[in-house]
Amino acid sequence: MKPPPRGAAPRRFARLLAARLRENKLAMAGLVLVAGLAAAAIAAPWIAPHDPTAIDARIILAGPSAEHLFGTDDLGRDVLSRMIYGARISLAVGFVSVGIAVCIGTTLGACAGFFGGFIDSLVMRFVDIMLCFPSTFLILTVIAFIGPSIWNVMFVIGITGWMGVCRLVRAEFLSLRERDFVVAARALGAGDARLIFRHILPNAMAPVLVAAVLGVAGAILTESGLSFLGLGVQPPTPSWGNILTAGKDNIDVAWWLSFFPGIAITVTMLGYNMLGEGLRDALDPRLSE
Amino acid sequence: MAVYIVRRILLMIPLLFGITVISFLVVHLAPGEPTDMMTDLNPKASLEAKERLRAMYGLDQPLHVQYWQWVGRLSRLDFGTSFSADRRPVLEKTLERMPVTIGLNVLSEIFVFSIALPIGILAAVRRGSLFDKISTVGVFFFFSVPTFWLALLAMLLFGVRLGWLPISGLHSLDYDQLGFWGRLGDLARHLVLPVVVGSIGGLAGISRFMRSGMLEVIRQDYVRTARAKGVPEGQVIWRHALRNAVLPIITILGLSIPGLIAGSVIFETIFAIPGIGQLMWQAVMARDYPMILGNLVISGVLTLLGNLIADVGYVFADPRISFAGRS
Repeated sequence: MKPPPRGAAPRRFARLLAARLRENKLAMAGLVLVAGLAAAAIAAPWIAPHDPTAIDARIILAGPSAEHLFGTDDLGRDVLSRMIYGARISLAVGFVSVGIAVCIGTTLGACAGFFGGFIDSLVMRFVDIMLCFPSTFLILTVIAFIGPSIWNVMFVIGITGWMGVCRLVRAEFLSLRERDFVVAARALGAGDARLIFRHILPNAMAPVLVAAVLGVAGAILTESGLSFLGLGVQPPTPSWGNILTAGKDNIDVAWWLSFFPGIAITVTMLGYNMLGEGLRDALDPRLSE
Repeated sequence: MAVYIVRRILLMIPLLFGITVISFLVVHLAPGEPTDMMTDLNPKASLEAKERLRAMYGLDQPLHVQYWQWVGRLSRLDFGTSFSADRRPVLEKTLERMPVTIGLNVLSEIFVFSIALPIGILAAVRRGSLFDKISTVGVFFFFSVPTFWLALLAMLLFGVRLGWLPISGLHSLDYDQLGFWGRLGDLARHLVLPVVVGSIGGLAGISRFMRSGMLEVIRQDYVRTARAKGVPEGQVIWRHALRNAVLPIITILGLSIPGLIAGSVIFETIFAIPGIGQLMWQAVMARDYPMILGNLVISGVLTLLGNLIADVGYVFADPRISFAGRS
């Protein structure tokens, strides 16, 4: 009998997942939003109508017009252009910080679930302790000490957001390590590293994918909040949060400064949340035929 | 039962220890020192004076010695004094802010539950109906809207444009001259925006959660049995399904405790509400070390206690979980 080609099973799984996602209208709408935003962020230099940092004292706080669709800010900069460049910041923070959280959470969760015993209780107590702190308190404290910058924001959101992934991965490992295919691999002489990385981890990543997509939304929200407080991305670099700060200071004269960046955050969050929920449904074995 | 609670409390000891270690490390491993704020701003401070100040705060000692001295003081409930101009004890400053944040959040939570539970139940019972579809879309929308942005818009609309509601603080300037009812009305007017806007995210989350919990329960055999033996639909929902669907909500309540205690820093900053979040924000901006440390530890410990209460409540609410099984 010919063995199936390498990688056939994952590909079939991906195709099944894609087919189920296509049936889910909310998820597809989410995917369109997410893809559109990513495209806008990548194409920022070509599609932004103005230089996002060009100051023009003659048009300070000018309302929306044909020249400046979303108006200008307190330094006369074009809000639409700043928002398009701001999308780069938001997406970068979302992806990098979730990447950090997934790496930490997967490593610790895999160790806890695979080795069990003392290591498991140690890791899980650490998770419990981290969950006791209101995350904004931890984030604010660390940012205040190491200083606000885009890299520090990514780092801090990452190291305070891994606990959920850790619990998910641990639970998957606990149930998978007793399965026949793992026992068989062990009997064939596979070492711990091979069992973890080659056999168990690939099967444990589906819920992590869902958590990661939803996590991007959360990280983008946190970044905009931090920037809003002045502890995130520093001006003149545009970010949705720091445009909103100017909006708050000028709320009685310039509604567009508060309105449009908020819409951008909402649409982004909607995209990632809908895609994430859709993925969760598509991966749910109870809903499969 | 008593054994279970005692066991739970004993299990909390390592967590308590961990909370102090992490708080301490976060603050002390950061670059810079607590005394920097005092000496950097003062050009006349000599190197010698800096050293004296460091010795006064024990900063010349190795880290582990500092830690144990600090834990020793904590055990006597001595959180130190704030570096801010008033030099008041940290614990006092934190405790006086507590009622504002917790009160506000409890109000929001009541608001959330009294609206979200019926929405979730109705959406599940009438699955696929127009109401279900509208509420699903609404849930996604409100779950995705940044609350601080909604707060800005609400302030703009109701406070600035329409002038219906006050947009900051908890009291008007003439609060002291008002009678009891006047004060209550004034407070209520100030609370409308923070409570309603602050509830939006929770509203969406809880109603979604209630809907899926209810859908899960409606599929169960005992619900089918109840229907088969002719129990009216209303009773099936109220007596048989709802009771079990509400159980996981207790867990959600437990999970929301850190938020209840910490409040939302951004939110309290926007509405100028004198709560814990605002206190923490001020402490962080001023690098008020004792205050930051104190707030981290106090919020962590209160969360721990809240989780204990939620767990015990869960055991009370769900007879299927026996004390023996959990202890």
